[in-house]
Amino acid sequence: MSTVAFAVIAILTLAAALAAATLQKLMHAALSFAVMFVGISAFFFLLGAEFVGLVQIFVYIGAVAVLIVFTILLTRDDTGKVRSFNWGGVIVAIAVFAGLVWAIAKTKSLPLTPSQIEPITVQRIGELLMTNYVWPLQCVGVLLTAALIGALILVMEEKS
Amino acid sequence: MSDSLDQIFIHAKQWLLSFMSGRAPDWLVQIISSLINIVALLGVFLTLFALISVLERKILGRMQNRYGPNRVGPFGLFQPVADGIKMLIKEDIVPARADKIVHFLAPVLIAAAAILTLGVIPYGRNMTPFTIDGGILFFFAVGSATELMVFMAGWGSNNKYSMLGAMRAIAQMISYELPLIITVLPVVMIVGSLNPDKIVGAQAAYSLGFIPHWFVFTPWGATAFILFFVSGLVESNRTPFDVPEGESEIVAGHMTEYSGFKYATFFMAEYIGMFAISGLGVTLFLGGWHAPVHFLEFIPSYVWFFVKLSILLFVYIWLRGTLPRTRIDQIMNFAWKFMLPMAFTCVVAAAVWHYTGRGLRGWLWSLAVIAAVYFTLSILLDTRRKFAPRTYRFAE
Amino acid sequence: MTLPILLVISSGLFCIGLLAALSRRHAIFILIGIEMMLAAANLNFIAFWRFGPQPAQPTGMMVAIFAIAIAAAEAAVGLAMVIVVYRHFRSTNVDQLDRLKG
Repeated sequence: MSTVAFAVIAILTLAAALAAATLQKLMHAALSFAVMFVGISAFFFLLGAEFVGLVQIFVYIGAVAVLIVFTILLTRDDTGKVRSFNWGGVIVAIAVFAGLVWAIAKTKSLPLTPSQIEPITVQRIGELLMTNYVWPLQCVGVLLTAALIGALILVMEEKS
Repeated sequence: MSDSLDQIFIHAKQWLLSFMSGRAPDWLVQIISSLINIVALLGVFLTLFALISVLERKILGRMQNRYGPNRVGPFGLFQPVADGIKMLIKEDIVPARADKIVHFLAPVLIAAAAILTLGVIPYGRNMTPFTIDGGILFFFAVGSATELMVFMAGWGSNNKYSMLGAMRAIAQMISYELPLIITVLPVVMIVGSLNPDKIVGAQAAYSLGFIPHWFVFTPWGATAFILFFVSGLVESNRTPFDVPEGESEIVAGHMTEYSGFKYATFFMAEYIGMFAISGLGVTLFLGGWHAPVHFLEFIPSYVWFFVKLSILLFVYIWLRGTLPRTRIDQIMNFAWKFMLPMAFTCVVAAAVWHYTGRGLRGWLWSLAVIAAVYFTLSILLDTRRKFAPRTYRFAE
Repeated sequence: MTLPILLVISSGLFCIGLLAALSRRHAIFILIGIEMMLAAANLNFIAFWRFGPQPAQPTGMMVAIFAIAIAAAEAAVGLAMVIVVYRHFRSTNVDQLDRLKG
């Protein structure tokens, strides 16, 4: 059952990602982008990282996707449809993909089965965030505050 | 006797599954077990939706000194059936300039998200449909996806009223999501878990045999509950915060271009969202399925849950019959200038309560913290100026 | 569900993100591509944590959580910059932002 679910999620995620990268209408691309994040969160659930999956949905669908959608609304591009699509990017992307797959195929020592573990509880993550990872946590807090203030100052209307 | 009545649904499900387990493979039994939960959940809440939709109209009618629906069936109880038939056979209009796919997907996904949030609430002893370790986080993660779907509805309709309604809805939902989540934080801090079952379990005991240890009976809990309830009103777009669909200003907000069954789906999603947020409030602050006094525990746990839920729902209807609609700038000011600081105060007060021994002393100290911040805020915000007689400006 | 398949999926995601960032000319598409690449990296972190030698130590999860937080900050600032650029040039096509070209 888990294999079927895995295959379905993989196809959904990759299809949504491809749609997000290639669709002509910006709004459709943004919505496919949200679908792709649902797919990635489903991967996290399957791999036993429930908390990260929930955080991912929370941050990306609840916040980032809404932000993108609002930005699309605020920046109506009226300067004619310049259908420019850089085919060089496609070649680079395919080349990088081929290189990565080649590297993965070459590596022989990759473990095939996950080891059995106790599920990581949210409580344990919280404890770790407050002990081992307390400095990164504080830095992320400062970073987020700085990003908040920076974004606000950037978009603030200049008073003439 | 009372114990078996309490667990009757659990036993019924186990009996059904034991009947299956000999004959079917394991994965099928697992799927069927989930399906039973889903069907039970949908059955209960769709019935409740039908019931509340008619009760709301009857209660509102009484408040406005009229009868309300009383034609179809006894006391008008079959009104939702008639409404459902009407909605089903109405023409489904899709605007010619609309984005067909997005326009179709918005009501479907919004209902799906609303129903998903119901899955993590404990309805009774051992009666949580889906136990997730981060259940509260799941609730808010799925709930926050609603914003995107409201946007899809507004944008997909290709109509200025829809877009304006969607913008208003998203603006107020984002603003009130912060106090909503931050008021949950003190409960999570005190219990030390995001698991709804553990949160209910932490409110099980009674002081002196009759005062339940519900979080609403602590100063921080009471404040957080009021803030949570107001934020819940906004999140479910209920009066007095129904500006997104204010029908006297922008037709019906993001639902303007929807008709027939799609409109009914939006309507249902809104009500189910209201049930979910009230259910979460009951779980977090009102002791979940626990009885208010010890000797009443013989009444099954799920009855208590639904009694509390219906009291909250009655308050929702009561407020709708009482309060006028607020302006959008008032809503926003209230969120950022009052709700958010008060929500943070609740977190601090809960910490004070915890470190002064969770007893009477802690009770008084946390009350002092909340009162101090409340009075400071009310002086700083100077509400008198805000509510001065309104001045009107007209176009020349 | 094995590690190589997961790695192939995440490298596929990464390359689709790269494609969006390199070949679309709209600034928002470039941001979407960058977010996609970050998400692919997160998937890798989680996969290596799950299949790695010490799954009891959730280091991979921690890195993923911090990466999500930083990606959110990046998206907020990036989108603010898109809005500012739009205000100045009335366009979000990155090819037209060539005022500094010598």
